[in-house]
Amino acid sequence: MAVGAEAIFGDSVITSTLESALSWARESSMWPYVFGTACCAIEFMSVASSKYDISRFGAEVVRFSPRQADLLIVAGTISYKQAPILKKIYDQMCEPKWVISAGACACSGGFYDNYTTLQGIDAIIPVDVYVAGCPPRPEAFLDALLAIQKIQADERLLDDRAKRVFKGRLDA
Amino acid sequence: MPKAFLERFEKEVSIDAYGAYKLDASLILQALHVLYQNDGYTFLVDMTAIDYLHQPSALRRFAIVYLLRDRLFSNVITLKIDVDETLAIDSIASLFKSANWAEREIWDQYGIHFKNHPNLKRILNHKEFIGHPLRKDYPITQGQLCHKSDDLMDEMTPRLKRKGIESHDALMFLNLGPAHPASHGTIRTFVALESETIRCAISEIGYLHRGFEKSCENHTYNQIIPYTDRLNYCSAILNNIAFAHAVEGILGIELPDRAQFIRVIIGELSRMIDHLVCLAAILVDMGALTNYWYLYNPRESVYDLLSKLTGARLTNSYMRIGGMSHDLYEGFEHDLHVCLKAIDTGVGDTLTLIEHNRIFHDRTQNVGIISQEEAINRSLSGPNLRACGVAYDLRVNAPYYHYESFDFDMALGSVGDVYDRIMVRFEEIRQSKRIIEQAMKRLPQGAVCVADRSISLPPKHEVYGNIEGLMNQFKLVFEGVKVPPSESYRAIEGANGELGFFIVSDGSPKPYKVKVRPPCFYAMAAYPSIIEGGMIADAILSLGSLNIIAGELDR
Ligand code: SF4
Repeated sequence: MAVGAEAIFGDSVITSTLESALSWARESSMWPYVFGTACCAIEFMSVASSKYDISRFGAEVVRFSPRQADLLIVAGTISYKQAPILKKIYDQMCEPKWVISAGACACSGGFYDNYTTLQGIDAIIPVDVYVAGCPPRPEAFLDALLAIQKIQADERLLDDRAKRVFKGRLDA
Repeated sequence: MPKAFLERFEKEVSIDAYGAYKLDASLILQALHVLYQNDGYTFLVDMTAIDYLHQPSALRRFAIVYLLRDRLFSNVITLKIDVDETLAIDSIASLFKSANWAEREIWDQYGIHFKNHPNLKRILNHKEFIGHPLRKDYPITQGQLCHKSDDLMDEMTPRLKRKGIESHDALMFLNLGPAHPASHGTIRTFVALESETIRCAISEIGYLHRGFEKSCENHTYNQIIPYTDRLNYCSAILNNIAFAHAVEGILGIELPDRAQFIRVIIGELSRMIDHLVCLAAILVDMGALTNYWYLYNPRESVYDLLSKLTGARLTNSYMRIGGMSHDLYEGFEHDLHVCLKAIDTGVGDTLTLIEHNRIFHDRTQNVGIISQEEAINRSLSGPNLRACGVAYDLRVNAPYYHYESFDFDMALGSVGDVYDRIMVRFEEIRQSKRIIEQAMKRLPQGAVCVADRSISLPPKHEVYGNIEGLMNQFKLVFEGVKVPPSESYRAIEGANGELGFFIVSDGSPKPYKVKVRPPCFYAMAAYPSIIEGGMIADAILSLGSLNIIAGELDR
């Protein structure tokens, strides 16, 4: 037998926690900032256009201001020269925020094992989902988005997120 | 033949084993003046340096190489200057504006000083970088962390001063990029604004410098093909072709006809889809978003074809030294037809929307103009140069792969503004289609690789069927193609212009040095001068119309 609000209002009311309600709303309206630097960014163009259509998953409002975005998609090679800029963009995004590292380069430096290329962005910012591929196919980008949605559903924003500490190579 | 030059420097000039003119360092400016004025070598193709540390036979450690083209663009000559232990040489930036950035790059990568250079500072590597990475004694994996971006005021203040602006009070400084949607990747332009007018602009590149040239030095020739995909990733296959073409030139081999025709067909298809992205992006910058779908969706159908053909959508690695990885598949012709039709429709729909559109005309005509003389002096090439009305297209001026036998027109502009650059690209899409259709009709049967077993892999049935085939495969995979010693440059018409490779080989399976001539490097160097004096909104369109691709720009 139902108790509390459900007992009084019947099926017309669902009770939940504030956090899960927020997460549920957020899941389907991610606003990505695409930090596209190289070839992988061209594949993101496909993700955004009609055939793969990222708007099916509610994430088509691409923002180019970090202050308006909650999902950072790093698509492309990050050089040492680029690294401080990536970090700045990440820092400018408001919590809660998530990061997808798309493609071999962003994840590990890819096949650019040399003097210019940062060997994985997780040396400077935290990453939630890694996507393999050089470049990843558009489906893989979408898959990563779904993985982020799953993380959101399981996470307790106020607790888990705020407590997260990360110290990268560019943090003093 | 540079007649006047050879007469004037009869005693001083010598020709080295690879056909380069060698001259004493003190004569370089004079020599270039004669070449420029009397012999008409007015186009500086590229400049680079060679570090001979591991070649003990060389007298001096460093040499500088200048590549020049004459007025007709069909002849290339190479000038080579040994650099003495002062590691300094005269700058030629007073003669060729394009040398400004080229010399900065040599300084950055090799640590060779250019006397009287207007602004000799690093260009690809970051400010905190120590050492010169393309020197042979710099370890390839030695990365150096960068903590802070350059504020560029060291360039801005003197430049403003030269323009007579002493006080910064009335100015607003603004960074366009490197993380800005309209900067198409990672390009940064730092501008001084007076209301919305750009008084002064400085471009900084190198944010996508990924050490292509150094990586080449420790990979075999065929292993480099995937790296070339990622130079201009909008038309990966054209980069494959350009590199393979350059190596094949050193090997002295001629491809079977079928291979040449396939290269033409797939190359032109790549050119089309490259132009599609460029046009789609610039129209988005202009606020004409609908066209993005019209132009981008046909690209998807080409991706489908390329996936079937090469297994990859974007980074295809289809070419090999001496041919390509495999022949066309069954049903290719039908798929190609579908692609061409889709492109036709997309381009048609877009043109219907913009061709007679007042807003489009007002935004693009007489905006971002670059004159013919300026464009040549700055070494622009490809659609950007043709938009100024200069008839230079390697497919016509120095044909390869039977291009002389195809019936197609060179698209030329007249003003050299954003409008011309856009329209030249639209027209080139049409012309590429014509070429493809003719090539498909004439496509001969036969092999797609040269038969030489020290260059291309044997057919699979031989590998599994007899010991010789097995050995050939084994040796080629483990050792790679051995390329005889040479220093040579060869180029094709890439989607963005003259795309060439200067390769120093030493007989081993790995190149001693590779230098790309990236067409948009020089276009980008010209960019600040194009936008100065204009409005900020026009600067965005100028950038889009030059089609700067960071992968090839920064390498
Ligand atoms: S992962 Fe591959 S496709 Fe993506 S940026 Fe790196 S090289 Fe380019």
